[in-house]
Amino acid sequence: MQLIAQIAFLIVLVAGIAFFTRNIRRVIRNIKLGKKIDRTDNPGERFAKMARIALGQSKMVKKPLAGALHIIVYVGFIIINIEVLEIIIDGIFGTHRILSFLGGGYNFLIGAFEILAFLVLLGVIIFWFRRNVTNIYRFLGNELKGWPKNDANYILYFEMVLMILFLVMNGADYQLQLNGAEHYSHAGGIIGSFPISQFLSPWFENFSDSSLIMVERAAWWLHIVGILFFLNYLYYSKHLHIMLAFPNVYFSKLTPMGQFDNLQSVTDEVMLMMDPDADPYAVPAEDATVEEPAKFGASDVMDLNQVQLLNSYTCTECGRCTAECPANQTGKKLSPRKIMMDTRDRLEEVGEIINKKGKFEDDGKQLLDDYILREELWACTSCNACVEACPVGIDPLSIILDMRRYLVMEQSAAPNELSIAMTNIENNGAPWPYNQMDRLNWAEEK
Amino acid sequence: MAEAIKVPTMAEYMAEGKRPEVLFWVGCAGSFDDRAKRITKAFVKLLHSAKVDFAVLGTEESCTGDPAKRAGNEFLFQMQAVTNIEVLNGYEIKKVVTACPHCFNTLKNEYPALGGNYEVMHHTTFLKSLLEEGRLKVEGGKFKGKRITFHDPCYLGRANNVYEAPRDLLRKLEVELVEMRKCKKNGLCCGAGGGQMFKEPEPGNKDVNVERTEQAMEVKPEIIAAGCPFCNTMMTDGVKIKNQEDKIEVMDVAEMIANAHDL
Repeated sequence: MQLIAQIAFLIVLVAGIAFFTRNIRRVIRNIKLGKKIDRTDNPGERFAKMARIALGQSKMVKKPLAGALHIIVYVGFIIINIEVLEIIIDGIFGTHRILSFLGGGYNFLIGAFEILAFLVLLGVIIFWFRRNVTNIYRFLGNELKGWPKNDANYILYFEMVLMILFLVMNGADYQLQLNGAEHYSHAGGIIGSFPISQFLSPWFENFSDSSLIMVERAAWWLHIVGILFFLNYLYYSKHLHIMLAFPNVYFSKLTPMGQFDNLQSVTDEVMLMMDPDADPYAVPAEDATVEEPAKFGASDVMDLNQVQLLNSYTCTECGRCTAECPANQTGKKLSPRKIMMDTRDRLEEVGEIINKKGKFEDDGKQLLDDYILREELWACTSCNACVEACPVGIDPLSIILDMRRYLVMEQSAAPNELSIAMTNIENNGAPWPYNQMDRLNWAEEK
Repeated sequence: MAEAIKVPTMAEYMAEGKRPEVLFWVGCAGSFDDRAKRITKAFVKLLHSAKVDFAVLGTEESCTGDPAKRAGNEFLFQMQAVTNIEVLNGYEIKKVVTACPHCFNTLKNEYPALGGNYEVMHHTTFLKSLLEEGRLKVEGGKFKGKRITFHDPCYLGRANNVYEAPRDLLRKLEVELVEMRKCKKNGLCCGAGGGQMFKEPEPGNKDVNVERTEQAMEVKPEIIAAGCPFCNTMMTDGVKIKNQEDKIEVMDVAEMIANAHDL
């Protein structure tokens, strides 16, 4: 019986981890569909930023309540994972509370886990209320209707159930120890401390040892299977940020927010035009490989860079960006969160095609128009409020800009008034139709 | 200008074989927009009173390309940039000051990769350095005790982390500086950036400048201080739409300093 349990556990564990590995490899493969971008400079500064923003949650605490609750869940998640380590060892070797040799330290750990589990449970319940009962602007967006809203709630239910299972498991275990049940009790007295689950005692007191063992085992199994299930749910949900937040912050932009990249493909052409020695009629060298002219800007996910695609997988749809967006606040269609969700959803769609056919085949769809509308792109003021608001260093503005570049440089599809302003710049060096020769007239005016 | 102040051009300096201490990059708004020209003139008065040896490019200046770049026209931006860089490098410009945060951001951050390397300052930062060097006197005057809020231009604040220079100058004017609910890093845009200045907004339920003006009105200022000609226009329009033009004035920080002592 014991051996069957051990083997079953091993199978569940290996299957859970294998499936998770498969999905993570897909995420990495999909991110690599993007263009290469070098963000490996200044590793020291990047590590410091990651420590501050991802590990230290420095941007989360800007909203004190949500920030504090998130830190509880985050710390709880990390610390309680130590307990998962013990569960895995126990599961494989059929032991019970293998780490209990740590003595007093162990009691402290279990006690801390319990308190954290209780706080996480409370935090997650408050999160649920904030999302479903109160009217918080960032949870009301159109892009959250349907699956995204359910997805967010499923994650909360999951966390609630996992924490309850953990506490029930400990409560039953505690009662079994009190009862002196075989395999649970120790000569040295009670192992572990149960500051929260001891309050389940009145309920468990009337249970027989065999019922208690059933409760304890059921909770133990459901807890670890639930964790493995959750691990695999991540890929199908918006919740990958628990891992990707770290690389995402690491690879985020270090230069001033106002500095937009200069397109090298454009620089090459401009320099050629400005070069008096360049011969536009020159015959290409015999062995020169004729390169396909680079596409300007982005109309689909493959035109974006790898950091932008990593951004899309990292987004957890919290909506801090959208709540700060001046266009969104004034009723425009633009929502930076939707830009990120659309990018991820399209990337997943492209990934699915590759899964099925081995390589990407044109499906007649693209990120532009099929996901992100022009009206959204043209509503952006490029103010960087979304970038500043993101707690994990996502840059929705860079995607908006790349898609505008495609619209303007590949399709000449800027809104009419903007086209006029650009024509003016081209002709007379100002966005308005004033003569460049009149630029100093102000100095003569009264 | 009331008393004509000579605005020398780089070409004139070059002809005399001289180099100015700093180039004043006027920008399109500062050159052509009637409201922004008043900011330009006020800043020139301050430069003059601080005895700063400056020059402008005049008819050799052209759009930095900022609105083209933000609108997605990278090609036009780079054409503008390399042309301007050729002019600037031809004059061996080292230091540039501008009253436009968009020009400031573009010249400072996006020109170096194309061969234009200059020390670029926003006029509030430059004025503050003049103050610290004792070349410019900023004190009380007619704004003393007035209730004033500063609207952070996105391309000065968030984009380049300049928050304190304009505020320090306002404090020197001994005003009662009040902050809006959304300020500094979290400041709300005026609605002009990203090419919006030159087009109609997308359909929505409000204009961004009205939203921002309402935020300013919450703190009941007598003056909304700005540091960007585009913000200035947007906020001025917002104040008009809210029928507050009798109560609230929109002024550039440079104008306030110049007006404080009726320069």
